[in-house]
Amino acid sequence: MHSRKPFYILVALLFIAGISTSIYRGLEHNIPFLPGEQVHSWAIDAKVSFNGHSQPAEADFTLPNDPAFDILVENASSPGYGLNITDVDGQRRAVWSIRDADGPQSLYYRVTLVPTGNLTIKQSEQPVIDEPYQWPVTERSAAKQIVDEVWAISASNASFAQQLMAMINDVNQSQNMSLLLASNSPTDLFVRMLNSKSIPARIVNGLELEDQRRRQQLHQLVQVYQEGEWLLFDVNNNRQGRSDTTLLWESNGNSVLDVVGGTNSQVNFSMLQDTRPALSTSIDMMMNAQDDWDFSLYQLPLEEQSLFKGILLIPIGVLVVVFLRVIIGIKTSGTFMPVLIALAFIQTTLLTGLIGFLLIVACGLMIRSYLSSLNLLLISRISAVIIVVIFIIGFFTLISFKLGLSEGLTITFFPMIILAWTIERMSILWEEEGPKQVFISGGGSLFVATLAYLAMSSALVQHWVFNFLGIHLVILSVVLVMGQYTGYRLTELKRFQPLAGDK
Amino acid sequence: MKFAWPWELRRNGVMNMNQRNISYIGRYNPRKFYKRVDDKLVTKQLALANDIAVPDLIGVVNEQHQIESIPAMVENRSGFVIKPAKGSGGKGILVITKVENGCYYKPNGHEVTHSEIYRHVSNILSGLFSLGGKPDVGIVEGLIEFDPVFDGFSYEGVPDIRLIIFKGFPVMGMLRCSTAASDGKANLHQGAVGVGLDIATGKSLHAVQFDLPVLEHPDTQFELSKIQVPNWETLLHTASSAYEMCELGYLGTDMVLDKNRGPLLLELNARPGLAIQIANGKGIIPRLKHIEAMTGPSMSITERVAYAKKHFSSTPRF
Repeated sequence: MHSRKPFYILVALLFIAGISTSIYRGLEHNIPFLPGEQVHSWAIDAKVSFNGHSQPAEADFTLPNDPAFDILVENASSPGYGLNITDVDGQRRAVWSIRDADGPQSLYYRVTLVPTGNLTIKQSEQPVIDEPYQWPVTERSAAKQIVDEVWAISASNASFAQQLMAMINDVNQSQNMSLLLASNSPTDLFVRMLNSKSIPARIVNGLELEDQRRRQQLHQLVQVYQEGEWLLFDVNNNRQGRSDTTLLWESNGNSVLDVVGGTNSQVNFSMLQDTRPALSTSIDMMMNAQDDWDFSLYQLPLEEQSLFKGILLIPIGVLVVVFLRVIIGIKTSGTFMPVLIALAFIQTTLLTGLIGFLLIVACGLMIRSYLSSLNLLLISRISAVIIVVIFIIGFFTLISFKLGLSEGLTITFFPMIILAWTIERMSILWEEEGPKQVFISGGGSLFVATLAYLAMSSALVQHWVFNFLGIHLVILSVVLVMGQYTGYRLTELKRFQPLAGDK
Repeated sequence: MKFAWPWELRRNGVMNMNQRNISYIGRYNPRKFYKRVDDKLVTKQLALANDIAVPDLIGVVNEQHQIESIPAMVENRSGFVIKPAKGSGGKGILVITKVENGCYYKPNGHEVTHSEIYRHVSNILSGLFSLGGKPDVGIVEGLIEFDPVFDGFSYEGVPDIRLIIFKGFPVMGMLRCSTAASDGKANLHQGAVGVGLDIATGKSLHAVQFDLPVLEHPDTQFELSKIQVPNWETLLHTASSAYEMCELGYLGTDMVLDKNRGPLLLELNARPGLAIQIANGKGIIPRLKHIEAMTGPSMSITERVAYAKKHFSSTPRF
């Protein structure tokens, strides 16, 4: 007997590969693990407006770039303008241009964003520090005093920033602080003081997302670098850290909007929260990404997709059949006939399917008993049964249509060849072993088909087999392992019960 | 509904279907030798070549048009049997025990017309009874004149003796007696009575019908505890020699006792059923393990039979 080790290694590999690709797919492509999951998305309209003076104008607008949000759809509308979207060092900008702009101009940019939950902003290399700010003579000593004071009671970039922010927002301000705040905005002062101690810090523009808000403005936030990560400080509101409703629209320290050839330029935002299915959101994201190595069935044409939705259910049905035969020991007529019947049940629904199946088989058996007395060769008898089955299906479809029973029309989904063979087998069984065996084997088949149907029609199963192809490797490994099962079947525990006693 | 615990069955060495398929059939029966037992015509020819006694071969029907020649084949015979060469589970066997004025009669006295015989053989040829529906041939055999020692132990049919031959050793045996419930067939799941036989003596050990213990034949009321199979030594010898003939390690042999010719090999089975354990009231695994654990030089048929008689005897459980 050769070693079974390679076999178990193979099974373990299949199992691990199946599980890990499924988890990878769930986490990397944000495919939800449960069907029907919803995600929030934000629809944000940015309106850029300025006054034109009958001369060429160009508006250069920063587009959002934040790892906490993925762009689902974006579009810019601006009648009469040329639009160019550029990507410089990872910062995307929209540039609208027109030869002759006159009077108030409005440009719109609309984006739908999906939160990713990825709120930290990483940067592994030490950022370049700006030249320290040259304080005016009047402020120099005041600034130095405050910086030294805070430096003494802090230990790191983060704690320095925290202490400094607390001091800026302190109600009982020192005279030094009042002096500095008279000529510097709190945010500017914060960044300048950090820079004077060679701590990387920069001003970014954030947008607070709130449902159904209009005419919102960007506000300034400060990012402070600490050990590979940018921490966010809202100096005006004395708040550290970021919430998942803060969108960093611009975070490279550049201007948000540059207008050449126009005056009085401004940008304001309106936003709307929306819920949409998590799955279709992820699919749209994947389609945007256009990854050549993405083996997703959603890349197929719709018709093939729906075909695969059915085909990929077969492994589940097969698994049920293997389990019921190997572990439970239920007898069926035809090994995988129940799976095909269960596939038909998915189209017809269970009750209609059961009634339809029984009607067809019962009629078929009656006609088959006549054929059996005709002394036909096997091949032509089976062929005759197939044709008769088609007649029966046609007949029942017509009857149910006339009676207005729309459920009856789905009877055409039954696989006719399989039905013909089922009728043939049952008829022979009837002749040789009597009706009891026919009911046992027919009932067993229907029972297995029903269980397979229940497994295959579960929304969770349908979601998994189509979206996580790795699950099929898991099924394969389970089927292989069951092929090694040498234990008792459940029905054998009953059958051999007389042999169980002590001797 | 009473269920046994798996460990109780395992402790008593009861073999189950999955274990039979994987650990015995899969391991000891090479697929290439299956033809020797699945095709009864091949079995018969091999048996004749190896001097193993089998029922007479009257003729073979290979083609539809040869069906017409059956009446000529069976002329001057009091009875005959038509069976498919590749039939399974006793399917498609037609037994004619009386031929009178050109009319054929089944054991239960019903007449079988020519056209029914024609249809039956036609069904055999088109593969209705063969595994997987493959085209088949029909075998016409002489009727076995079964030994009157079993009179009363079987109803409308010949009792046959099933022996499990493992690597050439007879390990377990049973007598299968047909009943009214089994319609003259000797299959246990159809209601035949299975009588476990002592390998050492050929005496009955235990009897079951529908997996439940019985003491007497349900139709004839004969006491099943009194059965003693005659010619037991020859029978074991014949069955064991089938191992050399077909080279299958885990083999079921079906034998019948003919009044004049003694034990005849009826057919071989590469996938013998598990019911023999119920008929014996005993699990088969300990005996199979015993033989698997044996080392030493290979034994002759006589030595194997003697070894099995010594080690696999049991006490009756009536």
